[in-house]
Amino acid sequence: MARPARKPVETPAPRREPVTTEFPDFDRLIHEKTRLAIVSALAVNPSLTFNEMKAILKTTDGNVSVHARKLEDAGYLLCKKSFEGRMPKTAYSLTASGKRAFEKYIGHMEALIRAVGGK
Amino acid sequence: MVIVRDRRGEKRFALQWGGMPEPAPIHEHALSNLRYIREAMERASAFTSIPGWGGVVIGLTAVIAAFLAHDTATRSQWLRIWLAEAVVAAVIAAVTMVRKARLAHVSFSGAPARRFFISYFAPIVAGAALTVFLARAGFHEALPATWLLLYGASFVSSGAYSIPLVPVMGVCFMLLGIITGFVSFPVAAALLGAGFGGLHILFGVLIARRYGG
Repeated sequence: MARPARKPVETPAPRREPVTTEFPDFDRLIHEKTRLAIVSALAVNPSLTFNEMKAILKTTDGNVSVHARKLEDAGYLLCKKSFEGRMPKTAYSLTASGKRAFEKYIGHMEALIRAVGGK
Repeated sequence: MVIVRDRRGEKRFALQWGGMPEPAPIHEHALSNLRYIREAMERASAFTSIPGWGGVVIGLTAVIAAFLAHDTATRSQWLRIWLAEAVVAAVIAAVTMVRKARLAHVSFSGAPARRFFISYFAPIVAGAALTVFLARAGFHEALPATWLLLYGASFVSSGAYSIPLVPVMGVCFMLLGIITGFVSFPVAAALLGAGFGGLHILFGVLIARRYGG
């Protein structure tokens, strides 16, 4: 006689902490690593050329271009194109809005550390 | 980034990736972000085109100068040899620095280079002026210690805007300068050769290996 199929034991799902989908309100545009590095580098330099930025970030031409363009589109970055002899030269600087956004971002991070870390 | 509730029901900010049981607390993420910003700022404000191999060549010319100066009959001849060595070293440093900066696309007109050179040249100018004053007073015995101390000071001060090895090199020069101030002139002259020769070669090799030439 075939044994009756055992009723599968219901294993309780692993207890998970209730997670809400609230996101802290901070600037997503600056939050991306490459863009954060671009803004940080420009915070300590009045202006940086494309090649200097590439050397500081240790990244590719395309990466610098794409992320700088996003910051420029948001009004955080000023991009000045000129010629040095026959060579095109691109220089980046932070706009007043970019400086404010960067300061606000740092303030936000510090507030998170104070509020959540309690330190 | 999400907000989780801990066992006491209190809200905690956290980063959560799919399937990861323990999300990283958001304050740790914020700390790491601030660290990243500080590192990016330090990288952007540092003048890194310090020529390692150029330093090695300068060290070798300094060793030659030390041997040539050792055989001189008068203190003024000894001084002339070291002044000639200073000119040779400056040319080597300038050429190798420009070459390294060009390869790394580092500008000499940018703020990091400006801060570096202002801090570097202040003690060098002081050293040049003191050389004139001491030589005119016939006090050549004080020159080796003065040069080592001020050359070291130039690297300690400019090192704040450069790679970490630069201020360490400066401290070594300064320590040697202090010792040199308490010994007789022949020993001081030998220590001068050991400093400008040996320390340049040692730190030149370290910089070249760690910081790309």
